[in-house]
Amino acid sequence: MTDNLTRRGLLGLGVGAGGAVLLGACGDDGPNPVVNGGGGDAQPAATSYSGPNVALTFWNGFTGGDGPVMKSLVEKFNAANPNIKVTMNVYEWADYYQKVPAAVSTGNGPDLGIMHVEQVATNAARGVVLPLDDVAASLQLKEEDFSPPVWRAGVYNSKRYAIPLDVHPQGMFYNKKVLQAAGLDPEKPPTTGDEYLAALDALKAKGIQGHWASPFPFTGVHQFESLTWQFGGQLFDDAASKPMFAEDAGVKALTWLVDLVKKGYSPKNVAQDADAIALQNGKAAFNWNGIWNINTLNGVKGLEWGVSALPQIGTQKAAWAGSHNFVQFKQKANDPNKLTAGKVFINFISQQSLEWAKGGQVPARKEVRESAEFKGLKEQSAIGTQIDDLHFPPSVPGIADAMATMDVAVNEAILLRKEPAKALADAAAKAGQILEQNKKKYG
Amino acid sequence: MRRSTPYLFLLPYVAIFATFTLVPAVYGIWISLHDWDYLLPGKPFVGLANYAALFDSASPVFDFFWQSMEATGIFTVASVPLLIVAPMGVALLLNRAFPGRTLFRAVYFAPYVLGVAVIGLLWRFLLDPNLGMVNSLLGTDIPWTTGLPWAWISLVGVTVWWTLGFNAVIYLAGLQDIPRDLYDAARVDGAGRWAEFRHVTIPGLRPVLTFVVINTILASANMFGQSYLITQGAPGVETRTAIMYIADEGLRSYRMGSAAAMSYFLTLGLLLVSVIVFRLFREKDK
Repeated sequence: MTDNLTRRGLLGLGVGAGGAVLLGACGDDGPNPVVNGGGGDAQPAATSYSGPNVALTFWNGFTGGDGPVMKSLVEKFNAANPNIKVTMNVYEWADYYQKVPAAVSTGNGPDLGIMHVEQVATNAARGVVLPLDDVAASLQLKEEDFSPPVWRAGVYNSKRYAIPLDVHPQGMFYNKKVLQAAGLDPEKPPTTGDEYLAALDALKAKGIQGHWASPFPFTGVHQFESLTWQFGGQLFDDAASKPMFAEDAGVKALTWLVDLVKKGYSPKNVAQDADAIALQNGKAAFNWNGIWNINTLNGVKGLEWGVSALPQIGTQKAAWAGSHNFVQFKQKANDPNKLTAGKVFINFISQQSLEWAKGGQVPARKEVRESAEFKGLKEQSAIGTQIDDLHFPPSVPGIADAMATMDVAVNEAILLRKEPAKALADAAAKAGQILEQNKKKYG
Repeated sequence: MRRSTPYLFLLPYVAIFATFTLVPAVYGIWISLHDWDYLLPGKPFVGLANYAALFDSASPVFDFFWQSMEATGIFTVASVPLLIVAPMGVALLLNRAFPGRTLFRAVYFAPYVLGVAVIGLLWRFLLDPNLGMVNSLLGTDIPWTTGLPWAWISLVGVTVWWTLGFNAVIYLAGLQDIPRDLYDAARVDGAGRWAEFRHVTIPGLRPVLTFVVINTILASANMFGQSYLITQGAPGVETRTAIMYIADEGLRSYRMGSAAAMSYFLTLGLLLVSVIVFRLFREKDK
């Protein structure tokens, strides 16, 4: 690591402030003194790069239909910036989140990457990612341009570490032919809890189990989260220091899902992905799934399907959503040219978010969301109507550890091995201990 | 010079062993005595607290850890006998002369060539409780991947199908090393098929058997991929094995100190089992 780069020195090089100052000497603010810089007063980062040729590596987990879209955006960027060559590598998300910190710690980390909103704080606390306040400044991005919870989640210890690329909410996918077969209007999917149950009854009368309740994170746990928020609850308290998913709203949410199985609207023992496949082959009518499912369903020949906002089962509208964010990774040797080039890249892709939306996402930027072009993307914008009702996983370091206990509770309850209240209470007790542990660890 | 020759020959291996096994193993003990996240600057020394937590029912790891040890135990106890006996039967059959023998040898060994990702995904789809081919052929709705004891039956069954060929090939090599004249002598003494098997084949296979038993126990106790891909630990965390939980704790929650302590505990247990197996086979030698 080099210590000879100072904020002023970098500014003198015309590189910009903020994240560029990595390994400076200011070690008092924050748990990890190695990474510093940025802050709300950061100067805008460069939006073009005229230095010597640089090669950047860009890692992400876009293994689905979104991968080719991102690849074409990268190619577009490379063509427009002959002195920057970005190479993209794709890993499974689960592998990616293990691989990246290890690679960064040995100095072999990529220059750029994508992170889910709930991973940003953990990786900021662990010194894996660099502050990006300057990029936010040069993009002239403000909270009101985005969905506020997404925008705020990118900040850790009053520095911004992530630039939102998209939001990917849960929506209600439906198979039109199956609805028709049960005498339901395929153009008017249910919007309330009563309508939803009535539709499930009509389907059941035809021998169709309309909503397959998945016991796995994709999609069962996300459904549980949507419903918990719909019943007015929270997963964790605002500081994410205490689990709240086992309280009344959580129990109602999980009971509702378990009742789908108990009342025969869902088969028992649904396995991973079976819920999504059942919709495709006409065994189920509904599947509450992430927006990425649009691409998958578009690839199924002869399938007539639609997507809408989630029905309002609880007392208010709400839906789970995740968000992809740009991050810049810490490097062992600090190359200001690469950092600048990386910021230019983030800036460029961020402005292409409509193209990205075509890959099956809702753009993070409000102006793009409200553009006529985005409204022309029928499915994406149907899901996008929920933007003000979206809830995101909390962004505090180590939150994923606590959320893993919730996955277990949902799994046990939907597989009918534990009563919902008991499963959630057991998980919450464990989550509380883990949060306590994390507080000590991350400060 | 002459004295040092054997050591010089050993040196390359020792160097590799020290770098990739010995040093990391000792370093692991050091890690297990700390609250260790390799990316955080502070790694507070906690003494034996990570080990004590494994025995403290109020600690956050206690339930999950013992649950995972139980899962590993169930899997090992269920799969090892099958993986010792079934490949032996296959090897005995494949050791006889019949047309197409080479083909069958290849067929039984073939699954072992596939990676765990391939067989895991393949069987997850085949065994899907509601959409899978297995239930569809049987006309049942058995929760092969999401219910108990079915998930264990699936995991053990898939593992036996997958790795049977490996043990069978080891046995086959062992069988071919047994001198033919011992069988001839046995026959002259009036031994039948069973007596031949008991008094010639089994003793002849003993060195191979020791290897197969220990190797199979260790492989089963280290089971990870099958659970990870086929059941994802479900239902609940019932099929989450020790290795899976240790990986979660160390690599996903970044509590490497705690994960290292669990690894050492598991290693000690497996060492103990290995020693017992060695003893058992040695005593029979007398």
